[in-house]
Amino acid sequence: MTTETVTKETVHVRSSASYVARRRLFSVLKHTALIVASAVMIYPLIWLVVSSFKPNDQIFRDLSIFTTNLTIENYINGWNDLGASFSTFLLNSTVLSVGAIAGNLISCSLAAYAFGRLKFRGRTLLFAIMLATIMLPFQVVLVPQFTIFKELGWLNTFLPLIVPKFLATDAFFVFLMVQFIRALPKEIFEAARIDGAGHFRTYLQITVPLMVPALATTAIFTFIWTWSDFFGPLIYLRIPEMFPVSVALKGFLDSQSSSDFGSMFAMSVVSLVPLFIAFLVGQKYLIKGFATTGIK
Amino acid sequence: MSSLGELRELAINARRSGKRAKERNPDNKAAYLFLAPWIVGIVVFTIGPMLASLYLSFTDYNLLKSPLKNPPDFIGLDNYAEMLGDGAFWNSFRVTVTYVVVSVPLQLILALALALLLDRGLRGLPIYRSIFYLPSLLGGSVAIAILWRQVFGKEGIVNGFLAIFGIDAPGWIGHPDYALGTIIILHIWTFGSPMVIFLAGLRQIPEMYHEAASVDGAGRVRRFFSITLPLLTPIIFFNLVLQIIFAFQTFTQAYVVSGGTGGPADSTMFYTLFLYRTGFLEYDMGYASAMAWFLLIVIAAFTAFNFWLSKFWVFYDD
Repeated sequence: MTTETVTKETVHVRSSASYVARRRLFSVLKHTALIVASAVMIYPLIWLVVSSFKPNDQIFRDLSIFTTNLTIENYINGWNDLGASFSTFLLNSTVLSVGAIAGNLISCSLAAYAFGRLKFRGRTLLFAIMLATIMLPFQVVLVPQFTIFKELGWLNTFLPLIVPKFLATDAFFVFLMVQFIRALPKEIFEAARIDGAGHFRTYLQITVPLMVPALATTAIFTFIWTWSDFFGPLIYLRIPEMFPVSVALKGFLDSQSSSDFGSMFAMSVVSLVPLFIAFLVGQKYLIKGFATTGIK
Repeated sequence: MSSLGELRELAINARRSGKRAKERNPDNKAAYLFLAPWIVGIVVFTIGPMLASLYLSFTDYNLLKSPLKNPPDFIGLDNYAEMLGDGAFWNSFRVTVTYVVVSVPLQLILALALALLLDRGLRGLPIYRSIFYLPSLLGGSVAIAILWRQVFGKEGIVNGFLAIFGIDAPGWIGHPDYALGTIIILHIWTFGSPMVIFLAGLRQIPEMYHEAASVDGAGRVRRFFSITLPLLTPIIFFNLVLQIIFAFQTFTQAYVVSGGTGGPADSTMFYTLFLYRTGFLEYDMGYASAMAWFLLIVIAAFTAFNFWLSKFWVFYDD
């Protein structure tokens, strides 16, 4: 240990060599614990990916993730294993996600502008109602909602899963955007007003461009939640051609007798890839979104 | 601040200010135009359905009959009376409460512990944070629940690991005593999202508090219990309340891990899974509505109890 590090480490606290040694030890222990924890956390995912490339009869015979006996056969077999091509399911999930993202971005930002910027009668009450709906268990509206969509003849269409998004039913994102709009400097809006911009122009040309980070957070969360959503598609979509990947994967549970674990793992991996990409691309926005609003 | 914190503040302000002087509301017209989609949504998809499901909970409503052509029969409190004597209902209630009461605190404690370990300029922080955060984004998906069935299966990696030590363990997923435990572990595995919130909360604690305490001779442990923890209690509290609310609604994991059955021996028959089966497989939507309202009341009671309890341990800086 050089003298330089010693002075650096002890600059404001105690200056004994044993203290430095203790700190070093503490740091090593801490990193060891974190690395072990990381490995435990991530191991199931790595096992999933490696197993999806193993021959079907090897998956449970050899649990190791270190193997050279790899094949893409599971992906080829699994792709057409579930009543329709997996491309169909991927496309359905994509349509649902894009629809939900568009709906949330438009409707939530409109509502957020009103709550965040405008003074109007009933504001506090409506805002409180909006916050309360974030915490409302959806089961309490489930049966009548289902009845409405059934009577409209919307079963087996994507409409029950997309139309509500255009009516700002995901109140969490309204709240997230309100928080963001409130933090914008007031002078900008003042300037817009003096320049004679009406509310709609202020919304469209000033607020929306400034709140791009909040919109990005909304888009990524909406994507992840819609892509993973299982309950909605389960009750509204009954024919395989309409299934998103989440409900399609359920097919592997129904046909357990075939025990084609390879295909099941392979298609599970395929369904997770978009989520993983969203995580890589959007990590910054996801963490920032969480940091400003809490979970919900 | 979380939505819950915001709501608490609104309530406090309302109590303090009482009758307010008449405010000028120059933006009425514009505001209601901007809010139009939200208002339609809240009336058509939230408040209307809430009232409708309350009414339906007093009826015998079969899903297969159109309620417009055949108005469901009003049967008063029969659905609720039936619930009281329904063993399957109480089983699902017990399973869910067990899940909530065990998994939520464990997940939050782990999240807090890791957030503390990762705090303040730790080398490699972004990498650790990403690794811990990733499972919380994937954890709600069907694919992960499918994976969990295999991880904890008879021949899964958990038993493979235990075999190294010569332990011959049962198939966890197929065992009535352990199946719920695997779903609890799945929930704990997603501790990354509360961890990220705790990390953000830790960052908001002014450095000078710690410096001042150091100068006064407070050690690490003392500083944690006298500064960090009290200042973090509102965030812990909001996380706790919201996580409880959402944990009560767990569906996907229970459905997939049990293959849609709630088995083995109804040990993973979560409340929402039972509700789904009652309404959508047995078509008894009146009973399902009554269950939904009972759930709302239970969640409200848990939340109210938590708020009452918070007086004794949550510290508000304001």
